[in-house]
Amino acid sequence: MDLSYGEELESFRKEVQAFLADNWPPKDDGNRDDQTRAFRRKATEAGYLNRHIPKQYGGAEQPPDSMKGAVISEEFTKARAPMEPRGIGTMMLVPTLLERGEDWMKEKWVQATIEGDVTWCQGYSEPGSGSDLASLKTKGELVDGEWVINGQKIWTSSAMEADFMFCLVRTEPDAAKHAGISYLLIDMKQPGIDVRPLKQMTGSSEFNEVFFNDVKTPEDWIVGNRGEGWLVSRTTLKHERNGIGAAGQVVNLFNGLVKLAKEKKIDGKPAIEDASIRRGLAELEGYVKSHQYSGFLQMTKDLKGESAGVIQLMNKVNSTNMGNMVAKLAMEILGDDGVAAPDGRGIVGLASGAGDVDGLWTSQYMSSLGVAIAGGTANIQKNVIAERGFGLPRDAAAQRSK
Amino acid sequence: MDFDLSEEQQLLQETVGQFIENECPMARLRELFDDDSGYDPVLWKGLVEMGLAGIHLPADFGGSELEILDLAVVAETLGEHAAPVPFLGHALATESINRAGNDEQRARMLPSLASGEHLASVAFAEDGGVWLPEQWTLAAPSGTTGAISGTKEIVEFGEQADYFVVGLAGGRMAVVDRNAAGVEIQRYEGADRTRRLAIVTFENAECEVLENSDLETAGRVRDVGLVLIAADAFGGARKLVDMSVEYAKSREQFGVTIGHFQALKHQLADMAIDIEPARALYWFAAHALDHVPDEAVRTAAIAKSHLCDRYSRIARDATEAHGGIGYTWEGDTQIWFKRAMQNRVFLGTPRLHRDRAADLAGW
Repeated sequence: MDLSYGEELESFRKEVQAFLADNWPPKDDGNRDDQTRAFRRKATEAGYLNRHIPKQYGGAEQPPDSMKGAVISEEFTKARAPMEPRGIGTMMLVPTLLERGEDWMKEKWVQATIEGDVTWCQGYSEPGSGSDLASLKTKGELVDGEWVINGQKIWTSSAMEADFMFCLVRTEPDAAKHAGISYLLIDMKQPGIDVRPLKQMTGSSEFNEVFFNDVKTPEDWIVGNRGEGWLVSRTTLKHERNGIGAAGQVVNLFNGLVKLAKEKKIDGKPAIEDASIRRGLAELEGYVKSHQYSGFLQMTKDLKGESAGVIQLMNKVNSTNMGNMVAKLAMEILGDDGVAAPDGRGIVGLASGAGDVDGLWTSQYMSSLGVAIAGGTANIQKNVIAERGFGLPRDAAAQRSK
Repeated sequence: MDFDLSEEQQLLQETVGQFIENECPMARLRELFDDDSGYDPVLWKGLVEMGLAGIHLPADFGGSELEILDLAVVAETLGEHAAPVPFLGHALATESINRAGNDEQRARMLPSLASGEHLASVAFAEDGGVWLPEQWTLAAPSGTTGAISGTKEIVEFGEQADYFVVGLAGGRMAVVDRNAAGVEIQRYEGADRTRRLAIVTFENAECEVLENSDLETAGRVRDVGLVLIAADAFGGARKLVDMSVEYAKSREQFGVTIGHFQALKHQLADMAIDIEPARALYWFAAHALDHVPDEAVRTAAIAKSHLCDRYSRIARDATEAHGGIGYTWEGDTQIWFKRAMQNRVFLGTPRLHRDRAADLAGW
């Protein structure tokens, strides 16, 4: 067991640190968005961001190196410098296009997406097709060289602002369930698309319903062949796995909680002096450290080209669980301040802004629930662990519908 | 970055696991579980022949000079098999002598312990949850030799041990021969029948104080113990998850194996999610004891608390997953369930060590 990074990586770390010291935070008072964009471009040129994307499409085109990825992620997180935009376009559409898209698609969209010039939304879920996604019903028909799309999507994040949607559409009505779906790209700024925000419990509206009424898209705006949409949607590039960096966020969240416990009072004394809070924090730390060191283990297995086993299937539920535990303990610490609305505005009229922090934590309390549901509910993730991880039989109902 | 066991460590783990599987399969474990002593001298002798009695001791005294992580992966394997052997007490007693004895004491005492000729255990706990070196009350003699008086509880394999390392006031530690005058050993019926307990009373019993013993060396022994228990807990909890998955694949109800049912799938997944990442926690805690001194003490406390709580939870869930049979003496999960109970208490409860971790963090 050797937890050092070695000389080469430590000198790489120094390079990253020097780059960050020179470039982040920006020294002038310009527009923050412009500064972030300029910084990302520089960081990509230096080889730190968009590492797996070819240079011709605006990336850094670096060979996969999980350890370098980890060092970059660690240093950027420490400096609170922006990494790649975490949008659905960069995370899902770009890898899919790079692996399955036509060259003209890559030229048209990859660079524009990673630089934030165009944004995307994902049209997968439908009102009747959540976890049973392959039962989706939105129809696409080829009429005179154009796809004509009718139907409805739901839980569509950022549909209001997005320029385009990548969408799963049933184009082969006679084919079997999974084989009848195509992966289409759709211009969101056209007549026939009706986006209606869904207000969520935190008060913000990140999701929308999207209605298609004779929406058009060119025949060649299809990724993969007709009927291959299901497979295309499951395409993932081999990314550098940033297990350590991801754990860094959990560690930051935990440290924030400790800070909160030092600031808030229970019975007139700092909450952190309360026995149950102290023990709660120490218990939570057991989970946080397990997660953190499991990141080392998964990284090591990755470097050796070995599978880390069932633990890889658990990362999402684990982060979800920890988010919930942090939020619950935060509510214990907040006490009566746990009534704060989650909009971060705090107490109206209080100049000190004392309530701001409370709102952030009540927001965390609610949004940790959103994380548990988004991208496959924790219940579905547990099925995956039991079926793929333990080899237990598939659910009888799910088997019947195949 | 290489956060994984070495090939040697994996081989060690496999070899020990294979040996226990051969020598102490379920039927044999059941026999020992119902037996009076709960101790398998043949199994222990075999493990001693593999070098386990002195794995971490200097080569000069017959040891193998391996690291705490090596000890810990062995502890995981013993926990996985609920092996009824006096490994923990012996490892901690020899660690005490090696760390706190002077050169002459080490050279005299360690060889017969490293070879397994003699068996040692630790007598640390006092009535009222007293485990920590800072809390020990038995008055230490002023010189190297002298007599001690007082009672120690929860001494693992106290009936079998030839020597006890006894915790004394001020973090001093002394070695007592079981046959010395004034030593009374009384069986204590613990729930865990794989690691039997005794209460040991010393009445003006002759002892030899380990010359360099102090709060620091005693703290080191405690931390090694915390990590070994965490490792044992990981092995046991993992085993319970596996047993439950196997049961879900074989037991039929309503015409299908119960593994078809989502409620059970989720229960099993939750158990695994709870324990699987904690392997890395005990590995790091063990590694830290040899290589990351700044983090070792706190991490040992957190690892012990965390793993013991996880083990207790999984022991309950696994037993429940087995239905009625799980609640019977005949059922197997109870063996690990009870081992989890002892792990939770031995060297201090999760609550005790979480309080320490909070103090150490400056909270």
